[in-house]
Amino acid sequence: MKELTDLALDTARLRGATYADIRIVRRLTQQVEVRNGAVSHLAETETRGFGVRVVADGAWGFAASSTLTREEVERVAAEAVRIARASATALREPVDLGPPEVHVDTYRTPFQIDPFAVPVEEKIGLLLAADEAMRRVPGVQVARGAVVAWRENKTFASTEGSYIEQEIVETGGGIVAYAVDEQDMQQRSYPNSFARDQRTGGWEIVLAMDLPGNAERIAQEAVALLTADPCPAMVTTLILGPTQLALQVHESCGHPTELDRVFGSEAAYAGTSFLTPDKLGVFRYGSPIVNLTADATIPGGLGTFGYDDEGMPAQRVPLVREGIFVGYLSSRETAVRLARLRGLDPTQARSGGAMRASGWDRIPLVRMTNINLEPGEWTFEDLIADTDEGIYMEMNRSWSIDDKRLNFQFGTEIAYEIRRGKMVRLLKNALYTGMTPQFWGSCDAICNADYWRVWGTPNCGKGQPIQIAHTGHGAAPARFRNVQVGSKA
Amino acid sequence: MLGEKAIREIVGRVLARSQVDETEVLFFGLEERLTRFANNIIHQNVAETDAGVVVRAAVGRRTGVGVTNDLSDAGLERALEMAIRAARLQPEDPNYPGLPDPVPVEPVAAFDERTAAYTPDDRARDVAQVCRRAEEAGVNASGAFRTAVHEFAVANSHGVFVYHPTTIADLTTVVMTDDSAGYAAGSSWKVAEVDVVALGEEAIGKALRGRNPRPLEPGVYPVVLEPYAVGDIVDFIAGMAGGMAVAEGRSWMTGREEGEPVATPAVSIWDDGRDPAGWPLPFDFEGMPRQRVDVIREGRVGSPVYDRRWAAITGKTPTGHALPAANPFSPWMTASAGPLPFHPMMGAGEYTVEEMIAATDYGLYVTRFHYTRVVHPRRAVVTGMTRDGVFLIERGEITVPVRNLRFTQSYVEALANVEMVGRRVHCERPDFTVVRAPALKISAFHFTGATEF
Repeated sequence: MKELTDLALDTARLRGATYADIRIVRRLTQQVEVRNGAVSHLAETETRGFGVRVVADGAWGFAASSTLTREEVERVAAEAVRIARASATALREPVDLGPPEVHVDTYRTPFQIDPFAVPVEEKIGLLLAADEAMRRVPGVQVARGAVVAWRENKTFASTEGSYIEQEIVETGGGIVAYAVDEQDMQQRSYPNSFARDQRTGGWEIVLAMDLPGNAERIAQEAVALLTADPCPAMVTTLILGPTQLALQVHESCGHPTELDRVFGSEAAYAGTSFLTPDKLGVFRYGSPIVNLTADATIPGGLGTFGYDDEGMPAQRVPLVREGIFVGYLSSRETAVRLARLRGLDPTQARSGGAMRASGWDRIPLVRMTNINLEPGEWTFEDLIADTDEGIYMEMNRSWSIDDKRLNFQFGTEIAYEIRRGKMVRLLKNALYTGMTPQFWGSCDAICNADYWRVWGTPNCGKGQPIQIAHTGHGAAPARFRNVQVGSKA
Repeated sequence: MLGEKAIREIVGRVLARSQVDETEVLFFGLEERLTRFANNIIHQNVAETDAGVVVRAAVGRRTGVGVTNDLSDAGLERALEMAIRAARLQPEDPNYPGLPDPVPVEPVAAFDERTAAYTPDDRARDVAQVCRRAEEAGVNASGAFRTAVHEFAVANSHGVFVYHPTTIADLTTVVMTDDSAGYAAGSSWKVAEVDVVALGEEAIGKALRGRNPRPLEPGVYPVVLEPYAVGDIVDFIAGMAGGMAVAEGRSWMTGREEGEPVATPAVSIWDDGRDPAGWPLPFDFEGMPRQRVDVIREGRVGSPVYDRRWAAITGKTPTGHALPAANPFSPWMTASAGPLPFHPMMGAGEYTVEEMIAATDYGLYVTRFHYTRVVHPRRAVVTGMTRDGVFLIERGEITVPVRNLRFTQSYVEALANVEMVGRRVHCERPDFTVVRAPALKISAFHFTGATEF
């Protein structure tokens, strides 16, 4: 491997690059899906290749190929330099990465049970058992289940002297039941929306889910939702369950703190951000109990790694401290740019380690790692008991937010009316809407660490060409006051 | 680009090695180059070369899939072994229809030499013109300009072999001021048909006209939607016309009879993968010829689209809309999601946008939608934001820009309230699909929230 990385870096240097890095990546994924008693998809996918990123004439160039030969490495490295030179024709300031970063290291995701070593028959059996339990419930039209195993081996090398080898292992799974009658369709998922939860680690993650043991319950809930009342439209107290809150954190805190968005790099696609640099350190993002961090070091998160894709070590970065906006997700280049903008010494600027690429064929972008709402002090039982009137919502069904990440609307799979400290009535088609700072400003209770865990979002889209990132979000149930809720269906 | 001969040899190597009952090999190849700009400079500029196979092996009624982009003998052997191993581990699938026999597929030209040969310098030159004009106008341009070559082939052990090379050129641009934005986009398989400068001017003009937007209360308003916004409606309405979603009760078509009125008679939406004016791909991922399917015909419910599996389950006729067993380009668009239209289009009407505005006493002119998501699939309720240019129409004229609004609206109900259909159809390629849509005037559209810009 070192022979190929040296060749790429030497070729780029000889062609005039002032900086170059190469990532060689091999990824193996195994997906097993069942649907209504049959295996609907069983596939193993291998993809391998390399991407070379260079700075030449002060501008970026990137080229990638799936052919891992010496000739192709030379061609692609040269092409990256050629592309950088073309980029330099529309350039204002040369790229500045700040002080060199040199790391020689290895990192491997810890796990108990290798998900690729578990027999496929066992995986099918687990899913079919859950599938059968869901379809035993009258009214269930479709039952689905899936498990995923993912292993990525990647080597990073740079002209600054870094050489990092990593093995990231992810495992995920989930089930969903669809109930249908003549007028309506309702769904319930477990343990997370969109058919799976996923984390870094081994098969023990799926075993802990107990998919068969939860199948009948969610199927019954899906059927019950068909005849439930729709969520009434009103301004009220809202308690969000942990998976819905994880997505709320993702959309309304994770994305707007991406520093490349703030600087306009994503303006044409995903948009920009309301969290402009003048707000850093002074803007009240949420109530004083709201603490949000980007933490790539916690065990099990989908954003947990040893080094990001430009060779920065995994870090824990505060984003919101006691309700005040205090930090961004950053790269080496954007960290320097932010320091200059704020009149700070750019040679002291350091990336928060959030540059991630979705594969060998994509350039790294500023992405979420694990964006966590830190736990509070409440038990869930006390939180419900303390709420005189309101709505509890859980498990995302739809999500939408504006291109500065202010106005949002989320729909959920299931909701309950809360009266006098008890969940008293099942509600369907529940949605809530609001503006990000007002919403987080209304947060008056967060459950404690016993109710907190990290959830996986394996479908975060960003960039052109599109990149699908795997991000993590720690959350515990939390309460928000004066929120507009309702239903529209 | 490998070309038909080399690809036929690669897939032939897999088929020759396979000893199981049936084998299918899909070939996906791409050379994709994309120049991205923001703040009036090029900030990302990338190139990718990739090629791989998707091998589906059938042992009786058991199927498994192996995917690799390692095209060496060892790599292909490994993919085949993965597929066979997976197949043998499966229980029988009673709905497996078997692989098809060859059916003639008429080729459709969709390859342009000039687009294939477009260089980073060519793209940089074009993009620099947009950036320069934006700089002169005192605004901030961003966007992406892509030129690409894709190659698809489908082969199976029954003798199917079809091959389709195609090129893509598309530009999207968002131009911003401190308090406004404008959007323009265009797509074709011929780079010469993407007028980068004109699109840049369109977005610049829109951004400048949108300055100092006023807040507007949410409510029900008549709207004139540009083709960019209508494209989202067309993509969604057609996207829910897959035979599996309809059969499982997850579509707006579920429970509606063919021929039942659903929209105003001026509305027709169909899928035609062979139309050379779009981004043709004449066969599906089982190698079957794509057929035109009317999803809404002159305001009445048409037909879902089918692959062979869902046609057999529902007793319908396949229409050539199978997705791949696995999809290296768009991993979420695979056969397990059921058949889907790739080339939805709404037919043109007879009106200009100016005539639509003139016919509106009080309403909103909307450039495009952003972050649209399904709130309720059965009722086709979608929520999303407006973006990059919303204007008030008063007494037949655009008067002032307004801030962006959230809508929560049944797209089916919106089509039932269409009053005028635009005469020009615009082509965009949001993802793996290509969508063509005209402008629309709709008498009532539900805006349910507002944002600060």
